[in-house]
Amino acid sequence: MTAPSLAPGRTGVVGTARTRLEGRAKVTGAARYAGEVPFAELAHGWVATSSVARGRIRSIDTEAVLAMPGVLAVLHHGNAPRLRPGVGLFGPDATLQVLQDDRVPHVGWPVALVVAETPEQARAAAEALVVTYDEEPHDVAFSADHPGVYTPEARPPAPPDVERGDVDAELAGSAVVVDEEYTTPEEYQSPMEPHAAVARWENGRLEAIDSNQGSYAIAQYIAQLFFLDAASVRVTSEHVGGAFGAKGVRPHLVFAVMAATMLDRPVRVVLTRRQMFTMCGLRTPTAQRIRLGADADGRLRAVDHESVSYSSAIQEFVEQSTRPTRVLYATDALRARTRLVRLDVPTPTFMRAPGWAPGSYALESAMDELAERTGLDPITLRLRNEPAVAPASGLPFSSRNLAACFEEGARRFGWPDRDPRPGVRRDGRWLVGTGVAASAHAAMTAPSTATATAEADGTFTVRIAAADIGTGARTALHQIAVDALAAPPEAVRVRIADSDFGPAQFAGGSMGTASWGWAITEAAAALRERLALADEIPADGITVRADTSELVRARQPVERHGFGAQFAEVAVDPASGEVRVRRLLGVFAVGRVVNPLTARSQLVGGMIMGLSMALHEEGVRDTASGSLVNGDLAGYHVASNADVPPIEADWVDDPDTHNPTGIKGLGEIGIVGTAAAVANAVWHATGTRQRHLPIRLDRTLTR
Amino acid sequence: MREFRYGRATGVAEAVALHAGNPEARFLGGGTNLVDLMKSGVESPELLIDVRGLPLDRIEVAGDGSLRIGATVTNSDLAAHPEVRRRYPALAQAVLAGASGQLRNMATVGGNLLQRTRCGYFYDTIQPCNKRRPGSGCPAVTGEHRNHAILGWSEHCVATHPSDMGVALAAFDAVVSVHTADGPAQLPLPDFYLPVGDTPHRETALPPGALITGVTLPPAPVAARSRYRKVRERASYAFANASIAAALDIRDGVVREVRLAFGAVASRPWRAGTAERTLTGGPATAEAFAAAADAELAAARPLTHNEYKVPLVRNLVVAMLTELAEEAAR
Amino acid sequence: METNSSAISLRVNGETHALTVDNRTTLLDALREHLDLTGTKKGCDHGQCGACTVLLDGRRATACLQLAAAADGRTVTTIEGMADGDRLHPVQQAFLDFDGYQCGYCTPGQICSAIGVIEEHAAGWPSAVTADVRPEAGPPPLDADEIRERMSGNLCRCGAYVSIVRAVAEAAAQVAAGREAAGGQGSGAGGTRVTA
Repeated sequence: MTAPSLAPGRTGVVGTARTRLEGRAKVTGAARYAGEVPFAELAHGWVATSSVARGRIRSIDTEAVLAMPGVLAVLHHGNAPRLRPGVGLFGPDATLQVLQDDRVPHVGWPVALVVAETPEQARAAAEALVVTYDEEPHDVAFSADHPGVYTPEARPPAPPDVERGDVDAELAGSAVVVDEEYTTPEEYQSPMEPHAAVARWENGRLEAIDSNQGSYAIAQYIAQLFFLDAASVRVTSEHVGGAFGAKGVRPHLVFAVMAATMLDRPVRVVLTRRQMFTMCGLRTPTAQRIRLGADADGRLRAVDHESVSYSSAIQEFVEQSTRPTRVLYATDALRARTRLVRLDVPTPTFMRAPGWAPGSYALESAMDELAERTGLDPITLRLRNEPAVAPASGLPFSSRNLAACFEEGARRFGWPDRDPRPGVRRDGRWLVGTGVAASAHAAMTAPSTATATAEADGTFTVRIAAADIGTGARTALHQIAVDALAAPPEAVRVRIADSDFGPAQFAGGSMGTASWGWAITEAAAALRERLALADEIPADGITVRADTSELVRARQPVERHGFGAQFAEVAVDPASGEVRVRRLLGVFAVGRVVNPLTARSQLVGGMIMGLSMALHEEGVRDTASGSLVNGDLAGYHVASNADVPPIEADWVDDPDTHNPTGIKGLGEIGIVGTAAAVANAVWHATGTRQRHLPIRLDRTLTR
Repeated sequence: MREFRYGRATGVAEAVALHAGNPEARFLGGGTNLVDLMKSGVESPELLIDVRGLPLDRIEVAGDGSLRIGATVTNSDLAAHPEVRRRYPALAQAVLAGASGQLRNMATVGGNLLQRTRCGYFYDTIQPCNKRRPGSGCPAVTGEHRNHAILGWSEHCVATHPSDMGVALAAFDAVVSVHTADGPAQLPLPDFYLPVGDTPHRETALPPGALITGVTLPPAPVAARSRYRKVRERASYAFANASIAAALDIRDGVVREVRLAFGAVASRPWRAGTAERTLTGGPATAEAFAAAADAELAAARPLTHNEYKVPLVRNLVVAMLTELAEEAAR
Repeated sequence: METNSSAISLRVNGETHALTVDNRTTLLDALREHLDLTGTKKGCDHGQCGACTVLLDGRRATACLQLAAAADGRTVTTIEGMADGDRLHPVQQAFLDFDGYQCGYCTPGQICSAIGVIEEHAAGWPSAVTADVRPEAGPPPLDADEIRERMSGNLCRCGAYVSIVRAVAEAAAQVAAGREAAGGQGSGAGGTRVTA
């Protein structure tokens, strides 16, 4: 047939609100997640976990369990396949070296996998498995003055220490100094879909369906881990029930592959909610000291931010909580220090806006305290310290527009009418207050590949190993593809989440849509060029592949970030200590918005997680046993519907000419700043500072 | 979860007979707590006797004006019932403050009374717990106990009872009807729950194998002006940090009758008898309310992380009674 | 009751199924593993998230805490049974239109719950935020606060609550209008189907 005529230029689809492509499947229950695909001869794996915080496995009594009904195998360190050590998605990852030795690094570490014909049988057997331990003394007590605090090794994107100017001298010369410690507790990503995977060997190829944030990298990793050919592993993840950083490679997938390989039949492994609290990472607690020195007019002379967090005994993970401090405010002197202590705890990992979220709570709370002490309006103070270049790196910003966010937000929120005095507004039993904070998040782009195919029937297929973890990526990429191909939306299909589609960035770091969108744009442009020269489209179509690796590497070094301003109104009942957020407003500068409908959902969703961080979330660890005492969704509170007030999120114009797609990503920035805005509003309501999260009722109660 | 047998009882006597002599049998009502406990490894019955289908699902006003609530009445039906809402509004509010709509549609009155504590150590089977494994110790007393008891606990157990419904029932002098191997019997709520002492695993006076058949609320005109308030760490779908059921009858500024019960402060719903006695016949003022709360809370023994519950309960008593007094004055 | 399994009959989405289940099998697992109805989700398996919400004899319930053996003879409506052929239930359509979901994993439970909420409200049930629960006070309006409280048994980690409240309000208005058009007999869009 003849080549379809391609209208020149863009279709205007990008920037318009579109409901999700998979929406109908999701609201009818037809969308199948990783643990929901049936297979003949499917066997079920159930993980058994350690009951001690540190020690060695002395014995595992497999015999009794193997005699239980339906039990097919018990995998443990004595019989499990050997894994290649020293590999991982982001450097060597010890958390995936499961069943490799007798060492137990924390409570809830996987010590065995029981495989049986039915999930009930597997569960009963795993629970009946008797494991004995040689216990060793453990330490799970986190504090900033722990004797084991050290400076972690430098790793991107932020070196642990930054020092510009003479902080101590500037502090000494400052008219006003704020010097406070802020803490945040253990927080858990807690996506609604538990980690699930099914693995099977088919025609000499390992096929896994997994709930994850990036199938390509995970397929590569599984191949390395199991000494397999990279081409012999395929991982797909069509629908993912939330991730928030917790769905890189997790033990459930390693277990499914181990068991499928040993038994030569399909094996599904689904973690329990309780197991997710010990095997899937968390946000480390932080203890952060902030020192701000300013002239009487609020101009910052010194900013000193030290953040201590923890990691596990087996793996160094660094929460880079000083990142907001490196980009937000101009100052004569800046010091940012990142410290770590290693404890007998599960290994922390990324959680929505890692570093940015806890760091902004501390910095933006301290800025509010500085506003109070200088008698300045909190927005005025911030605008007075707007930097021309990034304070840590000295590099220019690709675009910023934070001031515009504050100005637009203040207007909409009614901020100019605010009475700055704390503790003076009453509404029945409630004290009412408002607060504000800045948001910021990195807006990076990473190499990706995509293919675009012109099909013989005149339609187009775009393939990219992107993941839609609820972000709306599938729909946004479709819009980008439609625009780039200048084709009618119904003529373009986008296929994602299949490792066979080639290298692509993870759904993480707010980099997904920008990175994938760029690759799709390149592939579409290349296809259009090919089609312009083609007389006919063969039966198997015309396919071109684009790889943005070189383009990404060639980018200028500038500071690329999204920014925003968040406003909160809260009510506090001093008699009960109850805190209710009454409204939230966020105004953001996040580059080009592809789909206003899903973008708003992302931003509001982030702000709700920020509200949840402010008021609810706290993993409580028992020092005697090393175990979490609230490791379920009844004990670990995430915000419920009743906690969430009307929330508005919007954006200002933020053209970013340093970025070919203009997209900055907005999956994480929504959570950055919310907790500080809420804490600052609680101070405005009550007159009491909230320097520890969450803002529990025992912390606001009048005694 | 280990394997178990399952059977349905068609009558009360049959249910009790099926249970007789089998300490590993359990009655299954809505299952919202028992199935959870079985999945958590806290309960591992050998036989489940399903009593949900028993003809105990009615709410009736008896000839003497008391309200009889069948044991298998769901929480939802209890809270929606016009007589409950009219005569004991705090009971309807208490039930509605508990769990979620889904769970209230399943959970029964009998099961609600027998709910086990939400203590994290109780639920985590790797931990010692005197309730779960008598004699193994109570890590909560020296560990994490922010939401634990301040009243009536012992060094053997500092857990709280999680029920909201039970708090209102305690305020309104509920009597629990049971069916034992010897036939029907009645247990007033204060006798139903046992003191913690050194046997925290023995929570109720229910004889082995006995079935709760219902709850009776005696007529209480004061209850028509009653209210339940629950304070928790989430606005909904969370267990209480403290709760309070209160009813107040004032005439000419004098307290004629008052009912007060607290939740989430003890191993059972806590009837605040001392506070009631302090208030009755005295002035209905904020000072008197505070003094009554202090009298009740004089017995409180808070620990490191739950000392906030003392002022919290005190504040709630004052706020609730003040509200009820203002309402009465209108 | 001499064995550890039970022969049961379940009426699911209008179809009767005869099954033999391990007594440990929950209704949730029976739906997902035996009937391949995976629309009902397992978020926590302990009644702490609401992802497994179905209608059981017309009322919303968490299928994870319901033993399948104890559901013998009962009627279940899952998310797969809510649409009328190609025509979505008004609640489903509103979730789609208002973007009342992100990852979609809590969504079937949210939708089933919302359908139950609309019925419960129509039946005059009060909630924990109803100012006056006495029957004389009349049923509360299904405003945003009532919707938030009544929907709080369904956690959404993506944070779609704001859109969910909008979607439920919109769908409730439609269902009520449908009821009115049908003569107030509860035969509106959400009326008969949930107990079918």
